[in-house]
Amino acid sequence: MRKEIPLLITFLAGAFFIADYFIPHTGFSSWAETLNGWTIIVIAFAYVLGVANVARVNLDYIQRKGKDTPYKIILLVCLLFMMMVGIIWGIGEHTVFDWFFINIYSPMQAMMFALLAFYIASAAFRAFRIRSVQASLLAITAVLVMIGRVPIGEAIWKDFSNFSEWIMNVPQLAGKRAILIGAALGAISTGLKVLVGLERTHLGQD
Amino acid sequence: MRKFLEIINTLDRRWIFVFIGLAVSLPLFFPIGIKFSVSHPVQGFYDTIEKIPDGSKILMSCDFDPGSMPELYPMTITALEQMFRKDLKVIITCLWPAGPPLVERALAHVGAEYNKQKGIDYVHLGFKEGKEVVMVSMGASIPNTFPTDYHGTPVSEIPIMQGVTNYREVAMIVNISAGYPGTKEWVQQVQSRYQIGLVAGCTAVSAPEFYPYYQTGQLKGLMGGMKGAAEYEKLVGVMGLGTRGMDAQSVSHLMVFAFILIGNLAYFTLKFMKRKESG
Repeated sequence: MRKEIPLLITFLAGAFFIADYFIPHTGFSSWAETLNGWTIIVIAFAYVLGVANVARVNLDYIQRKGKDTPYKIILLVCLLFMMMVGIIWGIGEHTVFDWFFINIYSPMQAMMFALLAFYIASAAFRAFRIRSVQASLLAITAVLVMIGRVPIGEAIWKDFSNFSEWIMNVPQLAGKRAILIGAALGAISTGLKVLVGLERTHLGQD
Repeated sequence: MRKFLEIINTLDRRWIFVFIGLAVSLPLFFPIGIKFSVSHPVQGFYDTIEKIPDGSKILMSCDFDPGSMPELYPMTITALEQMFRKDLKVIITCLWPAGPPLVERALAHVGAEYNKQKGIDYVHLGFKEGKEVVMVSMGASIPNTFPTDYHGTPVSEIPIMQGVTNYREVAMIVNISAGYPGTKEWVQQVQSRYQIGLVAGCTAVSAPEFYPYYQTGQLKGLMGGMKGAAEYEKLVGVMGLGTRGMDAQSVSHLMVFAFILIGNLAYFTLKFMKRKESG
């Protein structure tokens, strides 16, 4: 029964939500609304589990006195601090939480994302070597789109942006659509396998 | 010559970082002001909002965090400007946990500029975890999905939320998206299901993924990256962060192109020299 009951729940829930998508009946909708509410609550609890897990993993590490212990301590202190200031003084505008978010967290996260520009430039310098026909096509297309999608492209040639847009709208779109349709078919197939119990990895089995 | 080419071929990447740093920062201090035109997807974004009758209610989902702020925050600001000019009533949600403080900041900035009142002209419902489930749940009931706004005020006490039950009461959806959950999920879970107008602004890296949805009309408009934001600012008539970033982006893209060109020239010249030497 440890296998059959979860499989039955999976089948019923999956079949119900597929039916809900196609049947615009009030009865169905109200049940779906209730079940969606449950889902949101369950997912919200995952956050609590996540925090507990972060605390457990890092406390274990600190006890073992690994070389990254100072960073782990900073992580836990910051986690606790932000939680406490949020709970005590709220999270609205002009609160302590907001000040730390805007002045510490935002610039740090933006900085991490901005680093990509430097790594992409470095990678482009080393990786875009025209060694084969495919590599040539990739490099030429990348350069055309890269220049065509910034104003300097139009300054060089007035139709550069239109040409770049054509690359996006025709060859790129054809490839992307093929990937999307392939991925969608794969998702449908996997979904059906989960529903009928052929795919059981979500139950912790191969 | 050969030694020089070998140095170029094995150039320390820190030099590349220095050049990119200069290419990004110098145009910010010394603007060039290169002119640019507006692409069709961005024009579609602007026109779709313009066609909405004044005073209508619009749902705006700001699904991003500080990591994508340089690209998406200018879009958010300009979209709010366009909507407030038309006196549209804006209901804002976030499906990314770090989004709400950025929305608060944008609303404080644009709301004050257009003398808009919280609760009457706009409401910020904050973040709700659940991703696609939240989108579908809002199709049944927005007040049940978001019982209070970001500041804890019950939605039943908020004037703008009076008469709003689900997507039927909003004229269209504006989505600003940095990834998952975002534009793709809004198309799949909401647009295709409830047949509601949807426009999206996204990061440049994710824009190619959404072109199929734009071509089919599932997305009425699409803005990709800072260039999209700059084009939109041009249409709305504001000189914003997107426009100011265009020179830096132009020069840095040229710099990357120069690196690709120099890298290839050095590589192939060296290869040619080696082949010549070996006979």
